[in-house]
Amino acid sequence: MKINDLILRSVTKLIVFIILTLAIYLFFSGHNAPGGGFIGGLVLASAIVLLLLTYDIETFKYSIPFDFKIVAAIGSLIVLLTGMGAVLFGKPFLTQSFATINIPFIGLREISTVTFFELGVALAVVGVVITIILSISEDV
Amino acid sequence: MLIMNNLVVFPMIIPLLVGVILAFFPNHIYTQRLLTLLSLIATFVVSILLLNLIQTEGIITLEFGDWQAPFGIVFVADSFATLLVLTTSLLSSIIILFAFQTIGKTRETLYFYAFVNFLIAGVNGSFLTGDLFNLFVTFEVMLLASYALITLNGKKVQLRESIKYVAINVVASSFFLIAIAYLYGTIGTLNMAHASERIAEVGQTPLLTVISLVFLLVFSLKSGLLLYQWLPGSYSVPPAAIAALFGALLTKVGIYALYRVFTLIFYHEPQITHTIIAVMAILTIIGGSIGAIAFRDIKQVITYNVVIAVGFILAALAIFTATSITGGIYYLLHDMIVKALLFLLAGTIIYLTKTSRVDAMSGLIRNYPTLGWFFFITVLSLTGIPPLSGFLGKVLVGQGALETSSYILLLVTFLSSMVVLYSLLRVFMGTFWGETIISEEEQIPLKPLTLLPSAILICLTFILGLAPESIAPFVTDASNVLMNPQIYIDAVLEND
Repeated sequence: MKINDLILRSVTKLIVFIILTLAIYLFFSGHNAPGGGFIGGLVLASAIVLLLLTYDIETFKYSIPFDFKIVAAIGSLIVLLTGMGAVLFGKPFLTQSFATINIPFIGLREISTVTFFELGVALAVVGVVITIILSISEDV
Repeated sequence: MLIMNNLVVFPMIIPLLVGVILAFFPNHIYTQRLLTLLSLIATFVVSILLLNLIQTEGIITLEFGDWQAPFGIVFVADSFATLLVLTTSLLSSIIILFAFQTIGKTRETLYFYAFVNFLIAGVNGSFLTGDLFNLFVTFEVMLLASYALITLNGKKVQLRESIKYVAINVVASSFFLIAIAYLYGTIGTLNMAHASERIAEVGQTPLLTVISLVFLLVFSLKSGLLLYQWLPGSYSVPPAAIAALFGALLTKVGIYALYRVFTLIFYHEPQITHTIIAVMAILTIIGGSIGAIAFRDIKQVITYNVVIAVGFILAALAIFTATSITGGIYYLLHDMIVKALLFLLAGTIIYLTKTSRVDAMSGLIRNYPTLGWFFFITVLSLTGIPPLSGFLGKVLVGQGALETSSYILLLVTFLSSMVVLYSLLRVFMGTFWGETIISEEEQIPLKPLTLLPSAILICLTFILGLAPESIAPFVTDASNVLMNPQIYIDAVLEND
């Protein structure tokens, strides 16, 4: 049976970009304002889930050919390693540090180790959420 | 100085890191085995270093991310926690040797070793954390890993029991969260040392006592104190190596939490809280004894013996004198070792006879004499026969009971030894004595390597029994900190 989902498909193409932009915005507004890796990762995952609902699993696996278990593992690894980074510098575990550097054309920006930590969290969240959804959908 | 403090987090971070790395290549079994063993041994080495450091430097704390104690999360390594971390990593590396032989290829490729690492990370984290909410988180890490381990490669009976296990733990965890919320609402802190200090200042009001009872309910569910009905089912379905990890470690985390909370935070109203613990311990021992005698299935007998031990160790907490707490710690360490041993031996027996019913086996001593003697030594050790490790703990707990004239506790705890002896000797006689049922041709060869982990554990129970002086300074220090909460508080809130 062929489902007439023209509206869903057209809207998805547009909406996914909005969701992804919001995800990135939330991610970077991170540790100082509402937002951060966890919520950014969840929003990112919701964009992927929307793609998954609109198109079938085969198309999805063809276009995003990641093993999301590995994504989650990479994320957790980044989280742990940024925590361990402080240990190497003789600071307590999970201590953060930041520096303000001048990026050409963008200007002064604050670069912080928390951002890497948040990146790990985001990847872990995306990996776990998509793994759960894929396992459930394969089961049914 | 700071580098040294970071050691405190390593018993949790090493297994966590290795567990994550193992998730990348589930099919390289030999690498997985090697890395897991290395991670557990590294954890063991770190905990030895920590334990020695504590004797010279006092309690070591680590404030995560340099946030000071009552505000940030803090990890606290005192002798009690570190002794348990040490025993945990030692036992898990021995049990993992047994798992190499018995767990099977399917489970090994299903992330078995990664989950074991996460489990150990959760257990060690629960021992070391100095913050109640963080305790909840590490509990969850441990429980999630245990959910995965109990259902891994699930057979029907395994799934049935794991539903019970997951359900009871989810309920317990939500009560845990509620208790934490109540406590935070009442005294405005979740740092254990800070909470203890504040409760000492305002007095343990009836409201706080009620909150302490909610904590008691939660940890009783987790440790199997009185609310142990889920335990025999869930601990008897997974394979022997996993059951040994559960039996040796998981209930002990609940016991640790009870010891910590009722000596550090809620110790002002012992006539209420500790009396309730005493009653619960007595009922646990009685219930466990009935179970241990009633069943003819070796797995059930063993899991009910876990329940009896939980009752015994918490009876020591209920008596609440320096002597009984020292005895309780000795017995806790002994029980972790011997329960691991018992589960491994029972697993070996079941593997060799392909049944867990005592009635269906007989005369194994002719086929496997070493296994028989090992089992016999284990039974003696569990009962508390002098040269073995159970003796000292029982004597000290008994002495504590006499000091406080808790004659009922004394009677019940010592009668429980008889029940342990009777229930396990019956298993021993049923399985090892009599006419052999396995002919020479059918006999499954028992590789020496399979018996090696049990042999190491037997050595440990002898060492702990013959040379308790080797750990005596640590145990004395541990019970000293438990009986004098101010030492712990001063170590954590050093700036006050």
